[in-house]
Amino acid sequence: MGIKEIEKKANEIRKDIIEMLLEAKSGHSAGSLGMADVFAALYFGDIMKYDSKNPEWKERDRVVLSNAHICPVWYATLAQAGYFPIKELKTLRKLGSKLQGHPDRFELSGIETSGGSLGQGLSIACGMAYSFNKLDKKDNWVWALTSDGEHDEGQMWEAAMFAGKNKLFNITQIMDRNNIQIDGYTEDVMPLEPLKEKYEAFNWHVLEIDGHNIEEIIDACNKSKAIFEKPTLIIAHTIPGKGVDFMEWEYSWHGKAPCAEEANKALNCLRTLDGKIKSEHE
Amino acid sequence: MNLSKDLYNKEKLEQKPTRDGYGHGLVELGKKNPNIVVLGADLTGSTRCDWFEKEFPDRFIQIGIAEQNMMGVAVGLALSGKIPFASTYSVFCPGRNWDQIRVSVAYNKANVKFTGAHAGISVGPDGATHQGLEDIAITRCLPNLTVLAPCDMIETKKATIAAGEMEGPVYLRFAREATPIFTTEKTPFQISKAEVFREGKDVSIIACGPTVYEALLAANDLEKEGISVEVVNNHTIKPIDEKTIIETAKKTGAVVTAEDHQVMGGMGSAVVEVLSKNHPVPVEMIGVQDRFGESGQTDELMKEFGLVAENIKEAVKKVIKRKA
Repeated sequence: MGIKEIEKKANEIRKDIIEMLLEAKSGHSAGSLGMADVFAALYFGDIMKYDSKNPEWKERDRVVLSNAHICPVWYATLAQAGYFPIKELKTLRKLGSKLQGHPDRFELSGIETSGGSLGQGLSIACGMAYSFNKLDKKDNWVWALTSDGEHDEGQMWEAAMFAGKNKLFNITQIMDRNNIQIDGYTEDVMPLEPLKEKYEAFNWHVLEIDGHNIEEIIDACNKSKAIFEKPTLIIAHTIPGKGVDFMEWEYSWHGKAPCAEEANKALNCLRTLDGKIKSEHE
Repeated sequence: MNLSKDLYNKEKLEQKPTRDGYGHGLVELGKKNPNIVVLGADLTGSTRCDWFEKEFPDRFIQIGIAEQNMMGVAVGLALSGKIPFASTYSVFCPGRNWDQIRVSVAYNKANVKFTGAHAGISVGPDGATHQGLEDIAITRCLPNLTVLAPCDMIETKKATIAAGEMEGPVYLRFAREATPIFTTEKTPFQISKAEVFREGKDVSIIACGPTVYEALLAANDLEKEGISVEVVNNHTIKPIDEKTIIETAKKTGAVVTAEDHQVMGGMGSAVVEVLSKNHPVPVEMIGVQDRFGESGQTDELMKEFGLVAENIKEAVKKVIKRKA
């Protein structure tokens, strides 16, 4: 898929997110919208090996979403990628739904791990990468999607040490660096910087990108696959709530869903946004 | 039950720690199945994982002192088709990494086996921080998880192998100190099947771990006083063998539970949950009574905390008086 189409796809995903969250009446708006471009690039930018019609395909890459509360963006992307019907998105968070508030791997194809407690995904990604690379000598790639806020958890750094020690180059971690968490801005709650230098000291290769520039995302992901000495961290600088003007940068939208009026406004914002996201950053 | 010929002759029984059975079990599993992988958290020797490491260095993963990461790595390995055994002390696993066990292991139904070595007051001189007395309580409340507390070295080897051969997450509990080996290779062992090690008609003692041997000693002594005691080895705390527990309670009409663990939430609590729903009888519970451990020699501590045959005998006499 070309860059322009992926940008459009990202916008479709954003609209799906707003509609899902409106139906669900709860859920995480800001992070979901902020990562739409990264998810669109990963699934439609010819980066990952997957087959939505054969989700158990042995050669597939693995995706682990550690900050699992942004699963609306993952659900919308998986539906857009053909894992399940788009109309099912509206069942999010309802009794009996396959789309649990935090992902359940037994409910939905395309979900590799159930999760929801922050800080645990990178370790799981490490176990997968170790299995593929060290034990089975296979070239499946592991994409670990994490957030900046969850780096408050000590387990993230335990996992970072483990990946560095074992040179697990078949992990690409993409960190959603949106600077917010529930209680406020990350640097106020618990300063994380200098993230790049910290990870480099843990023996990772680090790239920093604009997380809304599809070309940059694809380029960084492809670069990470060409590095065979170290695991790679891509720090994706994103704007929480991206695409919906009244949500952008507002940490109050971290864990909130829009009401009907707000959803209408949000969808209007997104309709006028088609094709504009990248140009804003040029 | 094919128990040792010298069952009640303690001096003649060989004594080895249950954790040795884990070490032997891992090596045997490793030979049979190339997918067995062992993870250590800087306690490789005392959990006996070094025996596996020596035989299969490529399948041993050193995690360092990072029990939370250890569980996540184990889950990733399991989801990629491996059968990981994550090994450290019970105070650290499931103690320190309970949320990782809850979400990454149990909710994912990941085929991870994890062990709590050095469980119980019997750990001895290291004192309260290292005496795991809560591990059964915090594991048996988790859906999808199997919880095992085998009674001697031979049974621990069998339990380790059975855990490796079944699909799904398993917690295995071991003790530090050498304890009598009173079962034999021919003693039956099946997960979720409690075994009646001694038949009796007045009171049933339901025990797990090395405390089963104390229960047998108590039963043997009580026989001489005219009290007929049944002893049940309840090695699987979850899923618990309701049938055997109800049957023995119906037969004797009184139960004593015995374990080297807090009485709150432990194996005895699991037994009481079964009985109160199905066949309520008087119950006395032997275990640590809501206090932390302390330093001391193992035999001193077992007496101080009331976990030896003498204490079990008193509990049997007490529960008999409560029978209707």
